[in-house]
Amino acid sequence: MRIQINGARLIDPASQMDKHADIFIDDGKIIAIGDTPRDFVAEQMIDANGLIAAPGLVDISASLREPGYGRKGSIASETRAAAAGGITSLCCTPHTKPILDTAAVVDLILDKARDEGSCKVFPLGALSQGLAGEQLAELVTLRNAGCVAFSNGLVPFSSNRVLRRALEYAATFDLTVIFHPQDAALAEGGIAHEGAVATFRGLAGIPETAETVALSRDLLLIEQSGVRAHFSQITTARGARLIAKAQARGLPVTADVAMYQLILTEDALMDFSSFYHVLPPLRSLADREGLREAVKSGVISAIASHHQPHEADAKLDPFAATEPGISSIELLLPLALSLVEEGLFDLPTALQRLTTGPAAALRLNAGRMSVGAAADIVLFDPKGQTIVGESWLSKGRNCPFMGHVLPGAVRYTLLNGRITHKNL
Amino acid sequence: MTPPSPKCPLQLNDQGRLRHFLSLDGLPRSMLTEILDTADSFLEVGARAVKKVPLLRGMTVCNVFFENSTRTRTTFELAAKRLSADVITLNVSTSSTSKGETLTDTLRNLEAMAADMFVVRHAESGAAHFIAEHVSPNVAIINGGDGRHAHPTQGMLDMLTIRRHKGDFEQLKVAIVGDILHSRVARSNMIALKTLGCPDIRVIAPKTLLPVGLEQYGVNVYTDVNEGLKGVDVIIMLRLQRERMQGGLLPSEGEFYRLYGLSEQRLALAHPDAIVLHPGPINRGVEIDSTVADCARSMILNQVTYGIAIRMAVLSMTMSGQNEQRQLDAEKQESR
Repeated sequence: MRIQINGARLIDPASQMDKHADIFIDDGKIIAIGDTPRDFVAEQMIDANGLIAAPGLVDISASLREPGYGRKGSIASETRAAAAGGITSLCCTPHTKPILDTAAVVDLILDKARDEGSCKVFPLGALSQGLAGEQLAELVTLRNAGCVAFSNGLVPFSSNRVLRRALEYAATFDLTVIFHPQDAALAEGGIAHEGAVATFRGLAGIPETAETVALSRDLLLIEQSGVRAHFSQITTARGARLIAKAQARGLPVTADVAMYQLILTEDALMDFSSFYHVLPPLRSLADREGLREAVKSGVISAIASHHQPHEADAKLDPFAATEPGISSIELLLPLALSLVEEGLFDLPTALQRLTTGPAAALRLNAGRMSVGAAADIVLFDPKGQTIVGESWLSKGRNCPFMGHVLPGAVRYTLLNGRITHKNL
Repeated sequence: MTPPSPKCPLQLNDQGRLRHFLSLDGLPRSMLTEILDTADSFLEVGARAVKKVPLLRGMTVCNVFFENSTRTRTTFELAAKRLSADVITLNVSTSSTSKGETLTDTLRNLEAMAADMFVVRHAESGAAHFIAEHVSPNVAIINGGDGRHAHPTQGMLDMLTIRRHKGDFEQLKVAIVGDILHSRVARSNMIALKTLGCPDIRVIAPKTLLPVGLEQYGVNVYTDVNEGLKGVDVIIMLRLQRERMQGGLLPSEGEFYRLYGLSEQRLALAHPDAIVLHPGPINRGVEIDSTVADCARSMILNQVTYGIAIRMAVLSMTMSGQNEQRQLDAEKQESR
């Protein structure tokens, strides 16, 4: 299929391109930008006047809930929602049932994604068998099956000794390990940031040190083992500063933050609304400002959705008894645009943190819009608006932004030159 | 970004009257004073030979306790009976939930029995809010204690005790001693005292039992009990649960008693007319010495009596606010 995209402003953070030009697509690839290639006759023209064309977004952490949790979501439903958020590549987390620790589960996910999915899906494998933190998963087998990195989520390792060995083994084969730094004992029983709001509301606290203690240990073990490491879901300003210091002394670590963590704070818990129950928890305003600063400076080079869809019942209980997580994958681009509108960073920087930033952190072949690359493109109207909930594709409606009006509207998402989302 | 319009306060009706009683947070001073005044008038009912008034006649009050309690449950039951309501009490911790029924379903079943009011105790903070918001908006919800968050009727009965025995809150120094971290009583007391204009609220505990950010309640934090008790007019002792010895919060009951327990010598540091409160049940020799618990300045048993009057006041005020709201809703429906 030959497609011509006319009149868009093209922003490609990887090549620092920002200009008005036409895009020519053939056989799923971008074959030219600017002048029409000789003999090119478009089968489909997309009028993109007034729209911005950018590389399809790369979301390096989303729960698709398949296999195992069909009432919360499926590969079909959640990748469809992702396409509406401008996403063309995403990494799915290993918390499936069964756990993503065998090649069979990887095959199942990749097959489903190919048949029913609206995104490229890159599985994150379990670092330990059953995510139990005791015995290593078959990391190389999983890598060969298609896992791009390995994580144990928030589940702790049985001992620092086992963790150290996991890192050394991963380093042997140049595998990337993703850390969710949280000291399990310091966080035990907690459901909210340990601060004035949790104190007022009588919610058990998770101290800042739950993150910083684990992070400090992880940095030392990363340095010793030489493993490729990425920190996911950083929530504290002090945690971001620890990463900045490690980067400054040459340790090649990267980091991401959840989009909602850049917007919400502990103050949201005043009404006990379970929609704000997330783990690790929403932190203080000072933490949010520290995270924003780190995203702006590039210490945190990726923003991810950390999408966790739930069925309605999972949130229908008193706060502590509900399941943690926010469903907001289809808002990834509009939420980023709200940060641009607030003046946190300019549009190319925002797009960098959503495309090449995350792609580079996990070495994914994604996040570029250049001749020869796959035609994974998002076209959005920067002057449009998104009324959250007006249309909703994720199975999880557990989204605290329902009813909000966000800047910008995704008009088209193209995956390998195929339209996966269209909203005019 | 435009957030949705803020909800009207959950526990008040359109006229600003109580329709639920969930927390003292956000209630104006005038309303707390009204509760105390109403309770004062009910104290007289308890002294009569026939201890009944017909304010809740024909109404059904369900005590739904997801967590064990004797004192609170019994005094709520007595309060409802003295108001002539029909009362049923359910210990849900031992019934439905063990059969796998959800909280929502349990309460909807009770609602279907045409209950007018639920008194709820639950181990999770925010449970009463959840029930008022999601389960039974047309049934008056009274919070009988939710997790570490609030125990508003206990807070008010403590205020009644203080007002009857010490008078004007604006002249008082009040100390709250013990396990502040896990105490819903402490949280409700801090808010009530602040709202009623108490100028010097002190909380006294070792750092392991002090939640962070307490200064934002407008209280003075002490770790030295001898310093904190100096010249106070009221001492509120909190119960120390046995399980606090685990996990490193405290080394032993004995050391806690030696450092923070209320002995006669410590009581002597306070104002000579100071009174002693305790929400019960007391641990003699752990947080309070027997001689103090049984002395004339101990208000522990008065608190129980006042508790019935406070609960009568809260039940009757809330029921009238809920009825008013039902009427307002019906009128709105008609005009449409």
